[in-house]
Amino acid sequence: MRSKAWTEKFMQGVFFIAACTSVLAVALICVFLFANGIPAMSEIGFFKFLSGKTWKPGNDIYGILPMIVGSIYVTAGAILVGVPIGILTSVFMAMYCPKKIYKPLKAATELLAGIPSVIYGFFGLVVLVPLVRDFGKWLKAIGFVRSSGNGNSILTASLLLGIMILPTIIGTTESAIRAVPVQYYEGSLALGATHERSIFRVIIPAAKSGVITGIVLGIGRAIGETMAVIMIAGNQPRMPQGILKGVRTLTANIVIEMGYAAGLHREALIATGVVLFVFILIINFSVALLNRRSGRE
Amino acid sequence: MSNQTTFKQKVKEYLNHPGSLLIMLLVMLASIATFVVLFFLIAYILINGLPHIKPSLFSFTYTSENASLMPALINTVIMTLISLIIAVPLGIFAAIFLVEYAKKGNKFIEVIRLTTETLSGIPSIVYGLFGMLFFVTTLGWGFSLLAGAFTLAIMILPLIMRTTEEALKAVPDSYREGSFGLGAGKLRTVFTIVLPSAVPGILAGVILAIGRIVGETAALMYTSGTVAKVPSSLMGSGRTLALHMYTLASEGLYMDQAYATAVILLVLVVGINTLSSVIARKLTKA
Repeated sequence: MRSKAWTEKFMQGVFFIAACTSVLAVALICVFLFANGIPAMSEIGFFKFLSGKTWKPGNDIYGILPMIVGSIYVTAGAILVGVPIGILTSVFMAMYCPKKIYKPLKAATELLAGIPSVIYGFFGLVVLVPLVRDFGKWLKAIGFVRSSGNGNSILTASLLLGIMILPTIIGTTESAIRAVPVQYYEGSLALGATHERSIFRVIIPAAKSGVITGIVLGIGRAIGETMAVIMIAGNQPRMPQGILKGVRTLTANIVIEMGYAAGLHREALIATGVVLFVFILIINFSVALLNRRSGRE
Repeated sequence: MSNQTTFKQKVKEYLNHPGSLLIMLLVMLASIATFVVLFFLIAYILINGLPHIKPSLFSFTYTSENASLMPALINTVIMTLISLIIAVPLGIFAAIFLVEYAKKGNKFIEVIRLTTETLSGIPSIVYGLFGMLFFVTTLGWGFSLLAGAFTLAIMILPLIMRTTEEALKAVPDSYREGSFGLGAGKLRTVFTIVLPSAVPGILAGVILAIGRIVGETAALMYTSGTVAKVPSSLMGSGRTLALHMYTLASEGLYMDQAYATAVILLVLVVGINTLSSVIARKLTKA
């Protein structure tokens, strides 16, 4: 009997330690990133690092403002593309979709979420880049822009990331819409509102916090995306000069130069990772806050 | 009523409310765009890639004349296995603790949940950076399959934890009570009653994790490295299929092979994810 009680206690300890792994992992990630990134930031100068407009590792000039702005532009573009389409699609899935085709369509959106980012990147490389290049040429021909760009641009990255965040937004928005009590909708119909008016004036406002969570999660996904962006964004480390021009994001900066970087250059890249990590932490924190608030309601 | 409105009545109603008509058209347009893009993406890759799948792609060595994907495929299998060996027991045990042992309202449980959520939100490049700093440099493993596998194990841990938690919670309490009533201890109840009933849910999560491992690139670039062969030991560097695909596409020298590799990768990941959702669906039916 005693050995049995001992096993119980022992295994409970094992389970507890396993549960601590995630705490340990987050702690280790924080410690290693900050310990390797902060010294470089202080050596370069915190504000010089964050607000410097030139990135020239060859001359020991490390300013990551172009990459911060690049990440923000590309993410904003992705939101402009992905959010309206995503929300409208989720409205379709929840309120219009005939039962017969719902299952295959739902499976399709899940499929979209599972496709690896290299595949998206490759698709962007062989389909979107030429498309945007032609679009740029056409814009130039009608005198709208001075140079057409080569297709690797903010616009291309925004389009691709917009597609990539669709499943995140569709998933969360659809479940938020479904969580709204059906009486809201019926009440609105009974007052004489049309199907559409009921959806966009009653249901969507009621589902607001879920919709916002979806958008914030989408922002997180877009700002952290790496491989797909590298393949199509051009990656020039300079301040963005137009939506048809190339751009480099924080994520791209790390992957492109880490292979050959050494010394302060390498540490500056890790510091770039720290900046990205802080962005992500802020986003995660706001999602947790949103969820808690909606949980209380 | 709304079920009985005829097509004609609907048209009339929409004509009376042009705003509603416009919104309806926008909804339709957006949905069509979403599904057309998805369909086009898959069709495009299949149509352009299938003709390039040749037996030579599956030769066991990679040479500059023949960008074979076989070594990368083998590396992917090895990487998947090691990552799962590390993450699956940890994830399942952690979930058992959270569901079966932890007392509700415990502050420490809150911390575990918060960190797990944080982990699942961290982008893969940050995992890659951490893996490079910790496993590759600090522990001195160098670019190796093992470093890559450990990095991926941390990455899929939250996924396994969450799916196992849900599966455990779905097991009715009457099972546990019945087992206790028959005199079984807590541990015995967990392993012989609760876990077996939760297997399909856990399996669906594990398969989903495999899908993530197979498709992962950014976390592996500076942990497992990009050598295009099967290393002689776990401490050697080797690229997985997704990384192979990235290298081919960004070098631009082997576009035909890149298309073919894209097909294999896409079919693999889509197949894995479909399998996962089929299992999950079976579970909800039963």
